This record gives sequence, C-alpha cells and structure tokens, in this order.
Amino acid sequence: MKIVVCIKQVPDTAEVKINPQTNTLMRDGVPSIINPYDLHAIEAAVAIKEVMDATVTVLTMGPPQAEVALRESIAMGADEAVLLSDRAFAGSDTWATAYTLSGALKKLGFDLIFCGKQAIDGDTAQVGPAMAEFLDIPHVAYVSKINSISDTVVEVRRMMDDGYDVVETSVPVLFTVVRELNQPRFASLKGKMRAKNAQIRKLTHADIELDEKDLGLSGSPTQVKNIFAPEMKKERVVFEGKPEEQVTELHNVLKSVKCI
Amino acid sequence: MDYFFTEEQIMIRDLARQIAEERVVPVRAELDEKEEFPRDIMKVIAQADLFGLFVPEQYGGLGKGAVELCIAVEELSRACLGVSTSYAANALGTFPILLFGTDTQKNTYLPDIAAGKKLVAFGLTEANAGSDAAGIQTTAVKDGDDYILNGTKQWITNGSEAEIYTIIAMTDKAKGARGASAFIVEKGTPGFTFGKKEKKMGIRASVTCELVFDNCRVPKENILGKEGMGFIVAMKTLDQSRIGVGAQGLGVAQGAFEEAVKFAKTRIQFEKPIISFQAIQHMIADMAIEIEAARALIYSVARFIDSGAKDITKPSAMAKTFATDIGMKVTTNALQVMGGSGYMRDYPVEKMMRDAKILQIYEGTNQIQRNVICQNLIKEFSRMK
Repeated sequence: MKIVVCIKQVPDTAEVKINPQTNTLMRDGVPSIINPYDLHAIEAAVAIKEVMDATVTVLTMGPPQAEVALRESIAMGADEAVLLSDRAFAGSDTWATAYTLSGALKKLGFDLIFCGKQAIDGDTAQVGPAMAEFLDIPHVAYVSKINSISDTVVEVRRMMDDGYDVVETSVPVLFTVVRELNQPRFASLKGKMRAKNAQIRKLTHADIELDEKDLGLSGSPTQVKNIFAPEMKKERVVFEGKPEEQVTELHNVLKSVKCI
Repeated sequence: MDYFFTEEQIMIRDLARQIAEERVVPVRAELDEKEEFPRDIMKVIAQADLFGLFVPEQYGGLGKGAVELCIAVEELSRACLGVSTSYAANALGTFPILLFGTDTQKNTYLPDIAAGKKLVAFGLTEANAGSDAAGIQTTAVKDGDDYILNGTKQWITNGSEAEIYTIIAMTDKAKGARGASAFIVEKGTPGFTFGKKEKKMGIRASVTCELVFDNCRVPKENILGKEGMGFIVAMKTLDQSRIGVGAQGLGVAQGAFEEAVKFAKTRIQFEKPIISFQAIQHMIADMAIEIEAARALIYSVARFIDSGAKDITKPSAMAKTFATDIGMKVTTNALQVMGGSGYMRDYPVEKMMRDAKILQIYEGTNQIQRNVICQNLIKEFSRMK
C-alpha cells in the first residue's frame, strides 16, 4: 500500500503577518514548523506502516526551505519525501495549490492520501478535499479514528458537530484528519540520523507536466483584496431583578443568540 | 558553558529535552502523588530510541557511550528524577550483560532492551547487604544443568515492571566475595515472584520492590561471566553506571535552579523582585557555580570513560559523589529562595528536593564512594614510592 501524506510548512505563530502589497504571507523572520494537524496525518501513516505492508511518502509544495519540514517527517518514520517547488507555483490560492499537488500525486501514485484538516496559517481546510476532486477519488474529512483498514476498504470515524459518522470507503481515498485521531510520535534518534542524509526528491512544474498558466497566481481564481482580523464585538449586559427573573432573562438571551 | 557536544549529541539532548518538557513535566506531580510507574513515558523513550543509546549497533542500539547516556539522563532528571531513575536503572541492569554477556546472551537480550521492548533491573541489595555487599544471603545452588536460586532481594528499582533481571547470588558462601555469581533471570520464571512494593519519600514514579526467589530454577547458560565472578560483575557494572547517577544530580539541580530563578524574578517583596536582593543573588550565583562545576566534572569523566580508560572507579565515584551532593544542596537552596511557595506542592521544587536525597544513597552511598576514592588514592600513593 502506498501512502502519501501532504504536509505544509507554516510559521510557528498565530500572529501571521500579511504583506499589504501582495496580500500573501510574510514568512521572513518567523520560525517554521510542520502544520500541527499534519503531524497527526504523518502519525496515522507511520502507524499503518507498522501494522501492514506500506510505504509512506511525504509531499509538500513550498519554497526550498520547506525541505526542513520534509526531513522532520522522515525522522518521524516516513520513507521518502518529495518537495514540489517552482517559481511558477508562487501566489497559488487553494484551488491552484490543490491542482498542483494533485498533479504531483498522479505522478507519484498513491492508495491512501492523508492531510491535516487545515493549516494553521490559512485555516481554509479546502486543499485536502479539493485535491480529492481533482484526482476524482472519494475523500473523508475530519477523520478522528481509523476503525479498520485493508488494501481495498477503510472504515473511519468522521467528526461532526453533533457526534460522528462511521464511513466505509474504497481505496484509493483521501482523508483529512483531526487532532483526536492520535498523538504524534517524537522523531526517533535513528530517524533523525536517517533524515540528516536522506535524499529529498524535487519536482517542478515541468516534472508534473502541468501548464504554467494553470499554476501560481495566474491559475488562482481567488484574488485577495484585503486581509484583516475581524473586529471583536463585545456587549455587556447586567440583569436585574429577582434571581428567577434574571435566569429567565438570561435563558431568553442565550436562546436568541442560539447558544442553547 | 559550551561542552563542545557533537551534532549527534546535541540531537540526543534536544530529543530528551523535548520528551522531558512535553511528556514528563505535565504529569510529574501526578505520577509523584499517585506513586505511578510512568509506562507511557517509557514507551515514548523507547520509540525515540533512547533505550538503545549505549547498546552496540550490532544489537540494534546506537552504539554510543557514557557522554550520550549522561546527556539523556541529565535532561530527563531536569524534569523528574522518578522517570530518570526508571530509565537509568535500565542501563544499570543492562551493563552486566553488555560487559560480561556471551554472544548468545547478548543476541538474546540486547535487541529487545535496545528497542525498549523489555525493561531491565539489577538485583544486588538485600536486607543485610547494602553498603556491605558481601553480606548477600541469596543462594544459587548448582543442580544438573540449572542453578536453584533462593532468597530475597530488596529495594530493587524497576522490580516487577522489568522483564529481565540481573541478579547477584552466592554460589559458594564459604568463599565470601569470591563465592558470588551473576545470573540473568527472566520475569515469569517459576519460583520468581515480587514482594513488597516500597513507599518512598521521593522518586515515587519509579517502582521499588522485593524480588523473591523460592527454588527458582535458572538454566546454567544464564550465568554472567564465570561462577565466582559475581562481585566483579557487580563492581564493574557500578563503575559504569555511577556517572549516570551523577548526571541525575546535575539534572535535578539544573531543574530546581531554573525554577528558583524564575520565581525570584517575579516574586515581589519590599516592592522589588526578590532577585534584586543581594542575599538571593549570592544564593543564585552559588547554585550556578556549583551546577557548572558538576557539569564540567560529569562530562570530563564521561569522556574519560568513553576513551576506553581501564580504571574508572575513582573518577566515576568522584563524579557521582560531587554531582549528587550538589543535587541535594541546590534543590535545598532553590527551595529556600522560593520560601513558603517552594515548600508547597504547587511548585515542583519540594518534589525535586525529596527526590534528590536518594541520589546520595543509592548505587553506593556517598560515604562509600569516599571510601572507594580514598582506597584508590592510597593505592596510587603507595605506587609512587
């Protein structure tokens, strides 16, 4: 079974700065980490490798320095790592990113694809499912448990707001995973030593045979006009009267804002 | 201070530190309170390959030495001595096999030890054989192709949790120290059970219990070295492991020191942070000096051991004694800097102080270490004439 984990290198801070000119992320000077949700995706893949015959490839699209994230994945137990990097990819929105990654996935081949549910910088949760659409395969988002797995069928739990679904799917399939799925392991010493000297396979747009006009900014239907933090609205209400009346009032307010 | 660790040594330090901070610190108070063996943490340590640090590569380990072991022990001890005791006792139990095991014994046991699949314990101490190790009463009587073990080992770290035990027993009482032999005994061997689980002042996450041998048959292939070599096995093992106890003293001192400095910077009295008072400053400066001196000694001796030096008894005893005395002193003073807060269980330093005390006692009390150091000095001086 060939498992591919798609990861993203993200800035290690919730305080992402945006370039006001281009409306893209400013990465300079901010330490980078593997997107925390993606660690759960790597763990899921490596754990499967421990119980059945499988290989784990980690794929990322990003600037050359994303290689660091790939080496960390190898240290955690991935077999090989692929860096999709090209100037032509710059400025990709989620559509173009998913399209580009799916091109690489077709090239690499796969049975299972794991992604984190979303990246902590963009927070869109779109790239995983979009890749599945481009690849024309089923996907299950928000996977919180893998109930059973074989070479042809996988049964998983999907986290929902009001509980969970149990979904059985054929292979090939793409999963996006949530924190509840597992606890990511630490990189092992042997893994770290292997990662230090591991060959990182590099792919450009030419390698994955995609047209440059469908990539990067020109392949991105989304045009970001402005990015800002939403204003926090705070209202303070003090209820008066007897405790019973206050409770009734509070109950009404909570109901009107759909908290209960 | 820079101790010029290699890239790999820094990798080991960072990994052990990450495990300590992310997995040990959040649960150490609870483990202490509940006197609970840290099985989950042992699994994490195993997965990170840290149990294989000092096991040769041919047996699935990393083939590293005393420096690397000390680095890992220091980092774990900075977070919790209970956890680091469980880890270091594993090394203690493994050294007899590493130093005296036959190829078959090494092939049988070391791969599982390196992978962290099986924990190890070392059984020397008995009710009447502590500092006076020659007082051992557990016997091993040859019977055909087996030895039959009878007796009780006391205060054995990792007892009941470990799968593999290296045990010192008397094969010939009449010969005294030369009548002892070392054996590998596996958990589950008929006649081998566990007795009382001890309630301790500190290192309460580590498990300490009695090993009871009642006509326990051990195949003669499980003897380590030759019959009568038990004391040499024990002494050479302790020579190797002592530096690790020193690293524990260093680690706990570092942990307590950091807590004290953090506290002193934020605790306001007389409208100032207490770190601005000279009385506190001098205490903190002294702690820093003592820790640095201990670290310098630990890593110099560890490097000396790794150089393949033959006689490591005296330097390893010195490193153990000095660094564990510093461990006790610094945890005590760190608590003092923190005053009433330090004495409360809301802060980790009272636990560190309770934990540190054992370091001056186990694997040879610091008084016995001083005897050993001076005996060696006497030998050295008499050779000089």
